[in-house]
Amino acid sequence: MTQAEALKEYLLRLADSDMILGQRLSELCGKAPALEEELALMNVALDLIGQARNWYEYAAELIDDGRDADKLAFRRDAHDFRNLLLTEQPNEDYAVTMGRQFFFDAWHYFTLKSLTGSSDERIASIAAKAVKEATYHLRRSSEWVKRLGDGTEESHRRMQDAVDILWRFTGELITPDDTDRVMAEAGIGPNPDQLAEDWRGMVNEVLTQATLTPGAEDAWMYMGGKHGEHTEHLGFILAEMQFLQRAYPDATTW
Amino acid sequence: MYAQLVETGAKRLKTKEEMSPEEREFQEKVDAETKIEAKNWMPEGYRKTLIRQISQHAHSEVVGMLPEGNWVTRAPTLKRKLQLMAKIQDEAGHGLYLYSAMETLGADRDEEIEKLHQGKAKYSSIFNYPTLNWADMGAVGWLVDGAAIVNQVVLQRTSYGPYSRAMIRICKEESFHQRQGYQILLDMMREGTEEQKAMVQDAINRLWWPALMMFGPHDDESPNSQQSMAWKIKRKSNDELRQMFIDQTVPQLEFLGCTAPDPDLKWNEETGHYDFGEINWQEFYDVLKGNGPCNRERITTRKKAIDEGAWVREAAVAYAEKQKQRSQAA
Repeated sequence: MTQAEALKEYLLRLADSDMILGQRLSELCGKAPALEEELALMNVALDLIGQARNWYEYAAELIDDGRDADKLAFRRDAHDFRNLLLTEQPNEDYAVTMGRQFFFDAWHYFTLKSLTGSSDERIASIAAKAVKEATYHLRRSSEWVKRLGDGTEESHRRMQDAVDILWRFTGELITPDDTDRVMAEAGIGPNPDQLAEDWRGMVNEVLTQATLTPGAEDAWMYMGGKHGEHTEHLGFILAEMQFLQRAYPDATTW
Repeated sequence: MYAQLVETGAKRLKTKEEMSPEEREFQEKVDAETKIEAKNWMPEGYRKTLIRQISQHAHSEVVGMLPEGNWVTRAPTLKRKLQLMAKIQDEAGHGLYLYSAMETLGADRDEEIEKLHQGKAKYSSIFNYPTLNWADMGAVGWLVDGAAIVNQVVLQRTSYGPYSRAMIRICKEESFHQRQGYQILLDMMREGTEEQKAMVQDAINRLWWPALMMFGPHDDESPNSQQSMAWKIKRKSNDELRQMFIDQTVPQLEFLGCTAPDPDLKWNEETGHYDFGEINWQEFYDVLKGNGPCNRERITTRKKAIDEGAWVREAAVAYAEKQKQRSQAA
């Protein structure tokens, strides 16, 4: 794999993960457990989709086949999506929503922090803005994991269930493949070992404070999102998200 | 806006002679355009009317997120999606802000929300209509936020200080939403396909009359208006506001190249206003009584969110309590 190919691939991963998680969060509009949470969820979703747009725009320039950011988001099928499987998992209850967010945010924060020092200037500049948002996201989701983990008996049970349900999707966050390695070697992407260590450290710290038990380190992990092999959920997410672009393919403006 | 038929509890206005000294002093302040603040004495009817009106307004902001939430997951481009999300976020913010203004009057947010879920509190009838195509996101911004602004601009001068200040802030954001909504429609009418243009006209056809209903019944059918006007909670009558809205909106409609579903709509040289047809008041009162297309769904969704979120809020309280004890023990 050439560095140029890896870079396009890597940008789509960043973009698609932001996009799909933002989409999942926006499904919760009007359904949050409190009005303050409506505001916060929509805020995080806005940040993520805003970041997705930045990554898509850069990816579109490099891919250079006439597709723009919107085409990449709304006209590709599931097998072309490169998002982490974690991000496409359903909202379920608030423990799953927040658990998913926390596992993602911990990965996102350390990834973006590293990307601020990327040898690719465009990436470094997008990451510099994004990491500020991700810092807030991580603080918020960590707090919720602690509140729910160490709240009531019911919330503890639900939060532990959420950790157990989601754990098998976390391996993908910290298991590098060729693309990740090529990016790291070029000084563009994060060092995979460091990323894994930081992620594990953060997750263990927060889960311990939350009186929760993490999954086993050698647990079986469900992976494939980074290569376009997804869970059954993604097809439905795209069917909804891309509906207008697919139903009215001749429309050039919206 | 979003307040219709707010009960004042008054059958008729008291004369100055019938008022107690406190009431008289209060009315004189209102008449002199001095803002009433939370700590000031106020008649119980004034307080209750304001709580009803502000809570109705807050409920409308929150319920109003749902018809937009219906399309936020299907917004067609990144730009439109981000805009719609930002608009919805603003609305949640308006809801919070208004509930806070309401709480300055001694009301409790949770209790008022409970009244909404029990069907005892109202919210604007407009949100009981479904959003059926993407152009509705434009038409809601343009017509619904547009109608709200006409009312709210006037409410910036309302006599209760915290409400008036909330209106000033909210109006700025709503104006932005309205322009954005109009732009969605304009872009589709100018550069869209025939199918997109048809969407725009369809959205206007469905939302036109419900938007006019947002101003409430005719003045002579509005028994509470007189007291609300005397207290300067309301500053202009329903019919006046509706006419203002029509007069400013019809030129925009023509600029779009669309039509209103009203054969009687035409410019009147003599009055300098647009004449328009009669609203279907039966439909208005039906929707207000709960028999609109989406009343049931809207309340069920809101109630479900709050009911199913109970364990989350309880956990947050329990955790905060534990943290407090830990910091005291330390």
